[in-house]
Amino acid sequence: MTDLKKIKDEFLLKLKRKLDISEINQIKSDLFGKSGLISAQFKKIGTIAESERKKFASDLNIIKDELQDLISSKINEVENAEINKKLEKEKIDITLPERSFVRGKIHPVSQTIDEISSIFSEIGFSVEEGPDVENEYNNFTALNTPENHPARDMHDTFYLDEKKQKLLRTHTSPVQIRTMLKDKPPFKIIAPGRTYRSDSDQTHSPMFHQVEGLHIDKNINMGHLKGCLNYFIKEFFEVDKIQMRFRPSHFPFTEPSAEVDIGYEMKDGKIVIGEGNQWLEILGCGMVHPNVLKNVKVDPTKFQGYAFGIGIDRLAMLKYGINDLRAFFDCDYRWLNHFGFDPLDVPTNYRGLSR
Amino acid sequence: MKITFDWLRDHLKTNLKEKNLLEQLTNIGLEVESVESLSADNELFKVAEIIKTEKHPNADRLKVCDVNIGKNEIKKVVCGAANAKEGLLTIYAPPGAIIPKTKMKLVVAKIRGVTSYGMLCSESELNLSDESDGIIELPMRYKKNIGKSYFSKSKSNLIDLSITPNRPDCLGIRGIARDLAASGFGKLVDFKEKKIHSKNKHTLNVKINKEKGQGCTAFGSCLITNVKNSESPQWLKDKLISIGQKPISAIVDITNYVMLDINRPLHAYDADKIEKGIIVRNSKSGEEFTALDNKNYKLDSGMCVISDNKGVLGLGGIIGGTRSGTEFNTKNVLLESAYFEPGSIRNTAKKLNLDTDAKFRFERGIDPLSIEDGLNKAAKLIIEICGGEISKIDIQKIETYKIKKITFDPNIFEKLSGFKISLKEMIKILEDLGFEVKNDKKRLKLIVPSWRPDISQEVDIVEELVRISGYEKIKYIEPIKQRKKPTLNKLQKLFHFLQRSVASKGYVEAITWSFTDQRYNDHFRDTKKEIKIINPISSELGVLRNSIFSNLIMYMNKNLDRGFKDLSIFEIGPIFNGSNPGEQNTVVSGLSAGKKSRLSWIEKERNVDVFDVKRDVIQTLVEAGYDSQKFFIDSKTPNYYHPGKSGRLFLNNEKNQMAAYFGEIHPNILKQIDMKTESLVGFEIFLDNLTLAEKTLNDLKVKFLFSDYQKSERDFAFIVNKDVNAQDLINSISSIDESLVKDVKVFDVYQGDNIPENQKSIAISVTIQSFEKTLNETDLEKINNLIIKTVENKTGAKIRS
Repeated sequence: MTDLKKIKDEFLLKLKRKLDISEINQIKSDLFGKSGLISAQFKKIGTIAESERKKFASDLNIIKDELQDLISSKINEVENAEINKKLEKEKIDITLPERSFVRGKIHPVSQTIDEISSIFSEIGFSVEEGPDVENEYNNFTALNTPENHPARDMHDTFYLDEKKQKLLRTHTSPVQIRTMLKDKPPFKIIAPGRTYRSDSDQTHSPMFHQVEGLHIDKNINMGHLKGCLNYFIKEFFEVDKIQMRFRPSHFPFTEPSAEVDIGYEMKDGKIVIGEGNQWLEILGCGMVHPNVLKNVKVDPTKFQGYAFGIGIDRLAMLKYGINDLRAFFDCDYRWLNHFGFDPLDVPTNYRGLSR
Repeated sequence: MKITFDWLRDHLKTNLKEKNLLEQLTNIGLEVESVESLSADNELFKVAEIIKTEKHPNADRLKVCDVNIGKNEIKKVVCGAANAKEGLLTIYAPPGAIIPKTKMKLVVAKIRGVTSYGMLCSESELNLSDESDGIIELPMRYKKNIGKSYFSKSKSNLIDLSITPNRPDCLGIRGIARDLAASGFGKLVDFKEKKIHSKNKHTLNVKINKEKGQGCTAFGSCLITNVKNSESPQWLKDKLISIGQKPISAIVDITNYVMLDINRPLHAYDADKIEKGIIVRNSKSGEEFTALDNKNYKLDSGMCVISDNKGVLGLGGIIGGTRSGTEFNTKNVLLESAYFEPGSIRNTAKKLNLDTDAKFRFERGIDPLSIEDGLNKAAKLIIEICGGEISKIDIQKIETYKIKKITFDPNIFEKLSGFKISLKEMIKILEDLGFEVKNDKKRLKLIVPSWRPDISQEVDIVEELVRISGYEKIKYIEPIKQRKKPTLNKLQKLFHFLQRSVASKGYVEAITWSFTDQRYNDHFRDTKKEIKIINPISSELGVLRNSIFSNLIMYMNKNLDRGFKDLSIFEIGPIFNGSNPGEQNTVVSGLSAGKKSRLSWIEKERNVDVFDVKRDVIQTLVEAGYDSQKFFIDSKTPNYYHPGKSGRLFLNNEKNQMAAYFGEIHPNILKQIDMKTESLVGFEIFLDNLTLAEKTLNDLKVKFLFSDYQKSERDFAFIVNKDVNAQDLINSISSIDESLVKDVKVFDVYQGDNIPENQKSIAISVTIQSFEKTLNETDLEKINNLIIKTVENKTGAKIRS
């Protein structure tokens, strides 16, 4: 008993002093090493008289636990102190720049196409595409614009052969023809893509983007056309109220035909859509001409519907306040960075078109 | 088509205001393009005479003119026109005037050091014609008007309408008035031209040759003898000037007036200059004539010409000739009012590149029944103004006009428009538009007015009815939110995915033109066929691009010139392989220039290199769902890549379809286009060659396999010939046992000391793990030996001891 007490008191005293890690380890080994003082006491248990053995063992265990705990906490304390000391030396200037990163962008026209697709997707349109190089038939004749029709003058066409049989499509309307020839009605498609006219000035670029729309079914009338476009414009410009005006016009492939204006006003040099008393033309549309339906083997006495064509670049300009059409295709890194979108900004209808 | 409200009132009785007019015109499809106020400013433009010209001291092409602007006032004006000369009568615009064409306000300005007080005007600057060659030359009779305003006071604004090509009838004021009246905007004034009752014989013989492709089907004419051609009376001059036309002489002005008023083009010949009679015939190849625009035209065969015994007098319905034109001393006039086929007019005008007011009208279709009205109206005006006697009217025809009939089912109207109007209303609209209407057992039997070539079937009638009733009556039917087909197909989804995937790697998306500069295209054409545009907008945009690189590198260079150094740009879009529809591919193509970590305090800077773009390509494809374990890469690339630092990637080692190229751009190209950058690398991924996964993401997600047994990593160093690819080593190791070999990594490549020449050392770390158990030393030893043996056998490598 006195032995145990002696050991305990001696080492409690030792452990109270300021120790470094090797000193603590020395103490640990002095007590619990192979020939340590506590280890020696444990070996003694067998030699102790039976009557006292139990008590001895119990006392020994208590002392062992007490010393062990003290040693662990002492080790912890010293280690913590060492870490803290190290951390003090490790302070850096956190305001130094981060490692460099690069950020890509999505072109505003691509973003706009995705927005358009997302809106029309909601009301059941699917996306169709067609080639940039078209034949004369799909681009004009099938669309009720026969050769020598003055309406062809409205399209300054790029040709690829002297016979003028192959050309760069002047509108996305030939996708209507391809779609209707390929499948059977009903049709409900949009067709965004590149279009070309040999025109170049502030507001015309030899290449631009259009989205075609086509909805053919048994009873689709001009009211559906108006409703669809009104829905689209409202969704696209993300406004509750829109002023829209349908005006009679002429396209060979639709009858009746209309051009659509939206109301706007200028506020601080920026166009505000949906208010004001000025009109801006944004698209052409109409009921698909029976001659076009006949050309694609759809019976015009059974099926009817509407088509529209919208200038995508124009929409992007209006929505995002871009002034010069030609800048779209000039590839100025500064412009692309300014007007481009983060690739993670995918327009969806649950999250909204834009942030 | 330019009109004024004043002129419209000749045909339309209305109390409504101009503001209402503008709205109504647009509402019925006659779109108002612009409204110009002529009155306020026009008085400033004065008749003036150049009294002296001197060469400009500092400019060869400019002259300094002393201009008499009346009331003894002389102004110094600098003028660049070649025809500015002493004695010329012209039109002077003082400082403060607004030039109609440019809308620019004139100011006193120094032009190359000489102060100019105002300007001498060309016809085009005053919107009188497209003539911009030199300043206006007024006839001598204007001498008495020096100092007076050239334009008369006009109260009515000039309204410019955009008339769609289907509406030739609205190229005349009366047609516009008729549409307006039908829509409820006033009442159409009755008009029936009194017939000429003359006993005088028409002494000029007219004949239309019946030949194949004859472009003239009817030729009406009358002779007016003993006229005295003069200046037009003020009312007529005012009328023409009010819509921006230049008065010439009474006879010409009258024909122009009738054309503008009722859309009936006419032509006046000096009858004494016609040899014997008129023959309307097809031209012979090589025939020539000088037209009223003072240009000589050489004709092909088969063009419709008006001729006499001596040859061509004019191109029917397009332009007359100088030989038979009327002048102030013309005594006898032959007035022509004919019908020409639109197709014939268009062909001829296109071949000769000619555009005239008459051509514009005839190619859209003139009212074939207006021949007599036109002659009556014009002849009467001529004798009123110029005196003389009219002959009987002669009309030669080789075809008679057939009236067009349409049976219209009124129900179709609501079926297409979605709204209702009464039958009574329909009949009223159609009658107001000039249709003859018979109501016959729930069908309307219609006779189409002869001035409406655009109307041929029921749907055209619906259009008329909707248009005149008002498009605002069309209801809004809310679209149904229902989807029967997926919005995008697999390829379209892939397009969108790749677009955003590449952008997310730091590339900025560009959209460039599908055509390009031939010189740039040639750099990236490789073995592809050049596709020329026949009528390019400029020679720099003369071919369809065979590769996106042509445009991308050009713009990359421009951006480097702007001072950017480290840039990545990409485009996704078409490239062209041929000039037939469909001979195109969709490619996503990126370029990266300069350095990584330029001027970084923390990272070591280095040039962008082929392994950067290789990562971008592979990461993009992996993100898109392709298995990089299966990729196969070799070094066969097009000639625009660095031959030793570029690769071609297949989705699998069967090499069916090439998915991508990547590598350094050939240094020769950089040299030739003078690009200054440390490094330029690029890639092309070919969307059409990517096989579309049949399994959906859903299918792939169901099975989740993993092993919790211990992994072992073993390192090997092989010595191989230099031309052995790392890919071969990796593939042979991976293929040993896919269930055990989990990962193969190259961690070092070394050539030099201790390695024989022409050989290299490749160090590889292999991760081995079983799904069934923890592998013991014996198992591992077995696999190790297998790896070494396989690699040695397949690639000729030797394990480095």
